[in-house]
Amino acid sequence: MIQYLSNNHEVVLAALRQHIYLALLPILIGFVVSLPIGYLGVRFPWFYHPLVNVCGVLYSIPSLALFVFLPVILGTKILAPANIVVALTIYTVALLSRTVADGLRAVDPIVTQSATAMGYRRTRRLLDVELPVALPVILAGLRVATVSNISLVSVGALIGIGGLGQLFTRGFQLFYLEPIIIGIILSVLLAGLADLIIVLIQRAVTPWARFQRGGGTA
Amino acid sequence: MITFEDVVKIYPGGSTAVDHLSMELPTGKMTVLVGPSGCGKTTSLRMINRMVEPTSGRILIDGRDVAGQDEALLRRGIGYVIQHAGLFPHKTVLDNVATVPLLLGKTRREARAAALELLERVGLAAEFAGRYPAQLSGGQQQRVGVARALAADPPVMLMDEPFSAVDPVVREGLHREFLRLQQDLGKTIAMVTHDIDEAIKLGDRVAVFRQGGHLAQFGTPQELLEQPVDDFVAEFVGRDRGLRSLSFDTAADLPVSPLTDGGAELVLDEAGRPVGWRLGGVVQPTAGVFTKADSLRMVTDLAIMSPVGVAVRVGADGTADGLVRHHDLVDFLATRRDRRAAEQEA
Ligand SMILES: Nc1ncnc2c1ncn2[C@@H]1O[C@H](COP(=O)(O)OP(=O)(O)O)[C@@H](O)[C@H]1O
Ligand SMILES: [Mg+2]
Repeated sequence: MIQYLSNNHEVVLAALRQHIYLALLPILIGFVVSLPIGYLGVRFPWFYHPLVNVCGVLYSIPSLALFVFLPVILGTKILAPANIVVALTIYTVALLSRTVADGLRAVDPIVTQSATAMGYRRTRRLLDVELPVALPVILAGLRVATVSNISLVSVGALIGIGGLGQLFTRGFQLFYLEPIIIGIILSVLLAGLADLIIVLIQRAVTPWARFQRGGGTA
Repeated sequence: MITFEDVVKIYPGGSTAVDHLSMELPTGKMTVLVGPSGCGKTTSLRMINRMVEPTSGRILIDGRDVAGQDEALLRRGIGYVIQHAGLFPHKTVLDNVATVPLLLGKTRREARAAALELLERVGLAAEFAGRYPAQLSGGQQQRVGVARALAADPPVMLMDEPFSAVDPVVREGLHREFLRLQQDLGKTIAMVTHDIDEAIKLGDRVAVFRQGGHLAQFGTPQELLEQPVDDFVAEFVGRDRGLRSLSFDTAADLPVSPLTDGGAELVLDEAGRPVGWRLGGVVQPTAGVFTKADSLRMVTDLAIMSPVGVAVRVGADGTADGLVRHHDLVDFLATRRDRRAAEQEA
């Protein structure tokens, strides 16, 4: 294994870098896109149920199908990393917009009303009260989306671009166990590390959450 | 002054929450809106800061119709306290209290300085400033709620069952502190409660509501106790209202008899202060003493508790200067009742 690593560390590192890129770029884009979409699901109550249903349907599309059909829809090359990025962004948005909507809906109406009674206008109330109060729920959703993206990237290897997943295909093709094991270990480590980072961020930006009844989400 | 002019609120469902309400809440006084649940108290309160819009009629604060004013600006000038405090869970106690000054454009430093002062005023030590609401007891949260409402020194305060969710002992303390605070600040306050005793204790004026959003009676606590306009109000203020109404009159006009008329010897110390009654060779303590400034209720209580049925009055220096006997008290209360009835006729 050490032998394999020292001979192939450039391949492994390149795979790891690509894996991080393919998993996290969709998280960033998806997070930014989900905030307004989720908010619309709260601002316009009639929009909530369609939103939840559409998100559910999108999330249930098998990833391989999405990877294969996106080039047809987008007109991209079958081997373009953009396919993976777009596909995972769709999953992230499907997961996070619902989480954002649920998080905002779960804000105690007493809190929202007292903000209004203090003289908050709508936008400032959203930014200063509702979003921060919903943040523990939103960040919990972000953890799920991140871990799920990190594992889904590997599926992309079946169509030729898949970060650490490529180590799996390589191992299978060569009947060679090392790259498979290294791929598995690295993607588990990556998922654990990303999760840990989000938990730390969560602790730092929602210090109040651990005093809430039920002990918060961390 | 907050003026309700023929205000009606009918919710979309069709139920009439407030029915042709007209009343005036005087400046610098506390008016308590009281009545059974669902009779439109909260709705009335929330129409003052436009959290609810009336179906018809007008509400004016110091002569200005609230309907014409910018909602957010109007609300920043009106303190608001609710039952479970409604504190922002993600902000420290200090930042909760600093909310309205910040909205009004104060710097963070100024707002926090004002907040710290307010926290002290409501009896919370500075050590609470950095805590989060979830780390406080219900009573402490309620204090923070009051401080937050007062932080920008608004002339008007709205309070919706502010003391209902805390246990009776804590509530008692909050009442005392709040009355002292209000004595200093003299805010124009509209407070909602379903507890008539709280209304009578805290209110300078009391508005009794009945089902269907009708104002049944508006007046001072004493008027309510002594002259309820109908059976509903009489029933609502309670059976012992005669006794309770004695809390609002002092003993200033109550005639006293000489110290020798007690039917037993009143024992005084060398300074002339009452010690007790000599009964069959032993001295039994008086049940307590009263001054001209004490309430008739206290005098009645002393007369009942006294071993000889006599309440002892003392002067400012604590020396005994007169007696009130049981039957004298009864006679006085009877003439007082007749006089009031006559006043009401006139
Ligand atoms: N947002 C609302 N929509 C419809 N009906 C309401 C609403 N708020 C209150 N009501 C109704 O209006 C009446 C008065 O309610 P409220 O003012 O809350 O009474 P109170 O504070 O005296 O208990 C009740 O019958 C209540 O059901
Ligand atoms: Mg109410």
